[in-house]
Amino acid sequence: MTAEEIVQLLQSHFGDAIVESKFDVPQPFVVVDSKRMKEVAFVLRDDEALQFDYCSCISGVDYNDGRLGAIYHLYSTVHRHKIVLKAFCTKENPHIQSVAAVWGGANWHEREAYDLIGIIFDEHPDLRRILLPYDWEGYPLRKDYKVPEFYNGMKVPY
Amino acid sequence: MGLLDQRFENSNVLVTSLEGLLNWARLSSLWQMQFGLACCAIEMMAASASNFDIMRFGVIPRATPRQADVMIVSGTVTLKMASRIKRLYDQMAEPRYVISMGSCSNCGGPYWEHGYHVLKGVDRVIPVDVYVPGCPPRPEALLEGIMKLQEKVRKESVVKQKSA
Repeated sequence: MTAEEIVQLLQSHFGDAIVESKFDVPQPFVVVDSKRMKEVAFVLRDDEALQFDYCSCISGVDYNDGRLGAIYHLYSTVHRHKIVLKAFCTKENPHIQSVAAVWGGANWHEREAYDLIGIIFDEHPDLRRILLPYDWEGYPLRKDYKVPEFYNGMKVPY
Repeated sequence: MGLLDQRFENSNVLVTSLEGLLNWARLSSLWQMQFGLACCAIEMMAASASNFDIMRFGVIPRATPRQADVMIVSGTVTLKMASRIKRLYDQMAEPRYVISMGSCSNCGGPYWEHGYHVLKGVDRVIPVDVYVPGCPPRPEALLEGIMKLQEKVRKESVVKQKSA
């Protein structure tokens, strides 16, 4: 299926949960309501015509305008088509519904986005830091992050 | 033992200082605490392989700090790893030595400015005896570092009491 067909199918299923879509870009994407990620994801995975069985990547983004975003790259090994999902939230209220129950691999991807960007994935089974130490403060890949002077008594700046 | 090999008729006696003998034994068996942290570890492995053969200097990789004399910090020391390195160093028996291998563990390397997670030099947590520059250093450079450390061990004294 082409990206247009996929988005049409999603819109017929969910209507207003599909916020926006764009096709004249190298990787066509569809913006999904961040509170309804899971139900959309389940349909993407289980619908006979879609069968997106592989979530290859989840990227966390700080757009530097108060918004944070998670970008999901999906691929179907059955139909060999692909689509990109996007979900946005604000820095003040950084919540996006988790899709770890839909794709097992999303578990660690979401932990990484939480660790470095600070997006809280609601309903995630085990939302802990994955790379940084557990006692780390702040989210280092946010644009307004300031490197701490000391970490556990060790000087950090050069 | 090439110099002394097959040179004695039957019984043999050598005269040397105790310190010279001990230091010769120590510098010829610098057992290495084996752990690699980044790409420098690949060069360290190359130094262990047959082309460079680090074992001809008596450097044998040990999997535990309690059997090791020298710790080769080969690679990027993250802040998370730094506390582990400190603990491993504390577990080594004295006399113990540290070789800092590569720019990352010398001074932070390419992460010196934007590496929020990188310790800018392993000498901020443990004392370093020999710094090997390079990114990563070639195996020859690591061998040079080993030989520098051997020079240092040769000049030391483990017999004399240190003045308080």
